[in-house]
Amino acid sequence: MSPTENPPLSAYRRREQSITLSPLEDPHDGAPGETSDELLTLNFGPHHPATHGVLRLLVTLQGEVVRDIKPIIGYVHTGIEKTAEDKAYWKVIPVVERMDYLSYYFNAMAFCGAVEKLVEVEVPKRGQYLRVIHLELNRIASHLIWLGTSALDLGAVSIFLYCLREREQILDLFEMSSGQRMHTRYFQVGGVIEDIPAGFASKLREFLKVMPERADEYGAILNSNEIVLQRLRGTCPLDAATLLGLGVSGPLLRAAGNPWDLRKADPYCSYEDFDFKIPVGTVGDNYDRFAVRLAEIYESVKIIEQALDGLPEGPHITEDRKVALPPRHELATSMEALIHHFKLVTEGFRVPPGEVYNAIESPRGELGCFVRSDGSSKPARVHMRDPSFVNLQALSHMARGNYIADMVATVAMLDPILGGIDR
Amino acid sequence: MPDATGLELLAQELGEAALETVYFREQATIVIDPAEVRAVLRSLREAGYSFLASVHGVDYYPEEPRLGVVYELLDMSRVDRIAVKLRVGMDSPEVDSVTAEWPTADHQEREVFDMFGVVFRDHPDLRRILMPEDYEGHPQRRDFPVGGEPVIFTRDAAEWLEARE
Repeated sequence: MSPTENPPLSAYRRREQSITLSPLEDPHDGAPGETSDELLTLNFGPHHPATHGVLRLLVTLQGEVVRDIKPIIGYVHTGIEKTAEDKAYWKVIPVVERMDYLSYYFNAMAFCGAVEKLVEVEVPKRGQYLRVIHLELNRIASHLIWLGTSALDLGAVSIFLYCLREREQILDLFEMSSGQRMHTRYFQVGGVIEDIPAGFASKLREFLKVMPERADEYGAILNSNEIVLQRLRGTCPLDAATLLGLGVSGPLLRAAGNPWDLRKADPYCSYEDFDFKIPVGTVGDNYDRFAVRLAEIYESVKIIEQALDGLPEGPHITEDRKVALPPRHELATSMEALIHHFKLVTEGFRVPPGEVYNAIESPRGELGCFVRSDGSSKPARVHMRDPSFVNLQALSHMARGNYIADMVATVAMLDPILGGIDR
Repeated sequence: MPDATGLELLAQELGEAALETVYFREQATIVIDPAEVRAVLRSLREAGYSFLASVHGVDYYPEEPRLGVVYELLDMSRVDRIAVKLRVGMDSPEVDSVTAEWPTADHQEREVFDMFGVVFRDHPDLRRILMPEDYEGHPQRRDFPVGGEPVIFTRDAAEWLEARE
């Protein structure tokens, strides 16, 4: 080989030289070039850290642009609704709590509310207020997990640890009131299982003082992070009319400017007693979804403060012995109480035949519970309208025509919980 | 909720499509003729019930017609709910799909099909959604036994090992 002759190029060098450095055309403007014409079908998940669980997305890509998404679900289907048909009503509560594993109090509330409608039992005011306190604490805990994991998807790592720090405080409170940190079985048909212990209120007040400051900090960290803002602002918006057609509710709908919140619109569990605002967004992009949830944390703190200040005296669970267990001390002295206890624990209570649908506002939207009773002590059908399941349908509408990186941000802002989707 | 009178008025407007009205625990339900489901939901949408909150499947075993589908409609401006219920028999468990007018029904109808075997005519993509594609039977039916599920991965592993030898 003479020194003037060029050496033959390696395959790598040939490929390198074939790349033109002219700016790529913007795929949003259509007219795709020769190279990006090809469609690529990609399996996203089911085991992928950015899918927030075992969610599999069949993504059709044109270059880096998402053309179609088909969610494939069912990987953690455990037949909870079928199991519920085989258990007495009060034994169903711990089973349904495990559906949406971040908002267990809400699952229990939806089911207990439906059964309370069927048996026409009144929940005492103190029981309702205690429920509100735990529901809103659970809402904050759920939003904290969402915030931490979503920020992780967007590349902000440290905030995950901060969020878990506050969630830890909430779980400690749950442990104080019920003995369990998750899936507490605290809500019972007719009220709550036990009154809050001594020291709970002061610990809760400590948390209520800290939480808004911490939420300020989260907002300050993320709102001044250029990368997070660029990935959220203006990405994957969807208008309220389309969202309503897709059955989307909760923070996703409120981010698009529709202030629909069942706590205000159709108050249950004494929510009408409290003064709180409903945060709404304007354009319904990912930033609005983020901002609405962050603002909801402050409102939940306000609700808990009012509920704690106005916590009425009285029983925490209904006095109806046909539905609720008698207090422990009565068992030693009253034959009647012993019989009731035995009946409830062995057979459970019988529920008049009928069908009801009870909807509440979970951290992810309308959580409805449909219960059909055939008159026996076991439900004939329990169906949860899980908001994650319904909201997931909106993903392809949101992400279509956007970059795959924006789809990851959208999945994060959608906040799907696969335990709730698959049930 | 519409009160009992309001429910009767709504049912009257629907004419022959409405078979029965149920007012139970302050919740209104209209039982309709399965063939008329799309027309009924359309006229209820015109009456203001524009949000389809949920679709449930129900099995009324051993009653006949056995399978039921319940549509929970919501009027957001009046905060008013109404349930529309239809019953189909096991001999031809078929209902018209409402996915064209209510995109939210897509996944929910697939779930009812998966769990109860109700076939939704003209559904764009009627496949199983929660159970595996090759699963046999509809597990939420009342006569479907609890437990005794063969472990699919184990069976596959045996086949795979056999093929490799």
